[in-house]
Amino acid sequence: MSNPTDCRYTREHEWVRKDGDTYVVGITHYAQDSLGDVVFVELPEVGASISEGASFGVVESVKAASDLYAPLSGEIVEVNERLRDEPDLVNHHPYDAGWMLRVRGSAGASLDGLMDADAYAVYLETVH
Amino acid sequence: MTTTEHTESAVHAGAPLRPASGHSIFAGRQEGIPVVFEKSVKGRRAGKLPALDVPTVDLDEIIPAGERRQELPLPELSELDVVRHFTRLSKRNYSIESEFYPLGSCTMKYNPKIDENVAALPGFRNLHPLQPASTVQGALQVIHDIQRQLAEITGLPGVSTQPVAGAHGELTGILMVRAAHLKQGRMRRKVLIPDSAHGTNPATAAMAGYESITIGHDRITGELDFEDFKSKLDDDCAAIMITLPNTLGLFERRIEEICRLAHEVGCFVYCDGANLNALVGQIRPGDLGVDLLHVNLHKTFAVPHGGGGPGGGAICVAAALEPFLPAPLVVQAPDGSFAYDADRPDSIGRVHSYQGNFNAILRSYAYILQLGKEGLGDLGANAVLNANYMRALLADDFSFYVDRICMHEFVLDGRPFKEFGVRTLDIAKRLIDHGYHPPTIYFPLIAPEAIMIEPTETESKETMDAFANALIAVAHEARTTPSVVQNAPHMTPVGRLDEVRAARQPDLRWQAPVS
Repeated sequence: MSNPTDCRYTREHEWVRKDGDTYVVGITHYAQDSLGDVVFVELPEVGASISEGASFGVVESVKAASDLYAPLSGEIVEVNERLRDEPDLVNHHPYDAGWMLRVRGSAGASLDGLMDADAYAVYLETVH
Repeated sequence: MTTTEHTESAVHAGAPLRPASGHSIFAGRQEGIPVVFEKSVKGRRAGKLPALDVPTVDLDEIIPAGERRQELPLPELSELDVVRHFTRLSKRNYSIESEFYPLGSCTMKYNPKIDENVAALPGFRNLHPLQPASTVQGALQVIHDIQRQLAEITGLPGVSTQPVAGAHGELTGILMVRAAHLKQGRMRRKVLIPDSAHGTNPATAAMAGYESITIGHDRITGELDFEDFKSKLDDDCAAIMITLPNTLGLFERRIEEICRLAHEVGCFVYCDGANLNALVGQIRPGDLGVDLLHVNLHKTFAVPHGGGGPGGGAICVAAALEPFLPAPLVVQAPDGSFAYDADRPDSIGRVHSYQGNFNAILRSYAYILQLGKEGLGDLGANAVLNANYMRALLADDFSFYVDRICMHEFVLDGRPFKEFGVRTLDIAKRLIDHGYHPPTIYFPLIAPEAIMIEPTETESKETMDAFANALIAVAHEARTTPSVVQNAPHMTPVGRLDEVRAARQPDLRWQAPVS
């Protein structure tokens, strides 16, 4: 699965996509493939603040539990409620139905420090 | 003919499999064993009580009707029903006493029977923890003496045997770190933890109120990324938690430098002693500069484990931290008698009732005396030798996450099998058909598709040869007939379990069918 070109990527394998005046966040195909079958996604409450680089939740697979890291700072305006009952959406549709957060970026929030799809593909070659 | 062909043709023929090792504990697919409730027959009894020889009391007088359950659906069975039920279940158990248990990071070694005998001596077994100290002098001497033994083994003079698990020892240690900093008026916020650490390390830091800061690892050496460590070390760091050898089974060769730099900024060095088995009798963490270390008595010192306890997580600390040890400690008075010392104003207090799991302490005490100084030195050396022997046996058929001489365990890289559609989980499941408990898989998290093997010092060359042959046979199968591996196990009472469904929709309690 190729990584969408309308997303930016973190070194911890989260993606973020600008959608109007908010940002949508999820984990990449590589991340879900490494994790294996996702059984639980723990997400913050709507209205909570997240800060760039800090953990905002946990994704648990049959193998392990892994922290999720915020690709930008801001306030959460929506979380993907479907993941409560269908965490496997993260495996099957990591870039659309398996999204996790919708965030209103804080003032000055920028995706400039993140990788584009090409840079992320190169980065994946260097990981492991 | 290779064993691979043999087992594969057997699968296709639908014939009972004979494992490569020839000693599977399973006889192939069997009917499930019903839960004991389902075997209940109304009115059946295991025993009969004699007629009452005391006056009867009207139940209504002592328990109001509204407080009483009208039905208690216990199974009704004969004694023989119960004995057969549990004996059958026990035959499906897998233990170190029946087979090899190469579970990396868990040190599943054989625990000598003499240590069980010592723990079962009536003089110990029938003690009550609230007896006056004067009546339990022998038990107190055991605790006192094992504290001194562990101090000598680790090079850390202050010891408490109260913690009852590794993570419990960790939390005890980091709470002592916190108390020591606060005593000096230092409010520190961070604990440094390598990304190869056991998950309990960051959990411990969080439980003790710290933020855990991750340090990366060097992809070539498998050791902590020294530059990353230096860049994150500052005077806001309360401690660094480091595992020695680390979870890849590799010694952190810059440990002394790490300790020195940490101490320069007043940061304590906590050593996760989970892997102490590799070091026993060879080096002492305290001599390297480590300030605190917990000892998993159940791993290193012969306490049976694998069923969730009872374990032992004794905490050993440098002199500067001794005042903060849990209270009470067992001490020896000038007249030679043993007593509880609860007058320890800087102590973090109790972390467990009484003196921890005394029966675990007893086994470890007997084991340490049994091996003696020379035997303990052989322990660490043979654990490392065995791991390297097995590593060499597997080198032609597997790759390693880090390819270098290891300590007491090593990590195989399962990724090369991905191109055949086989994953580490499949390899682990197929090993069960060969009669082996699978190694640890998917840990440490930094090693993708990890297969982590720890033979321990108690396994013979023959056992290790047989296991390596089984693993190599599975590797060949993965490359040639991957479906056999993907659908394993084939010989167990039940086949591949749906682990995803088990995690998402756990069904944890038997419930009577609605009639």
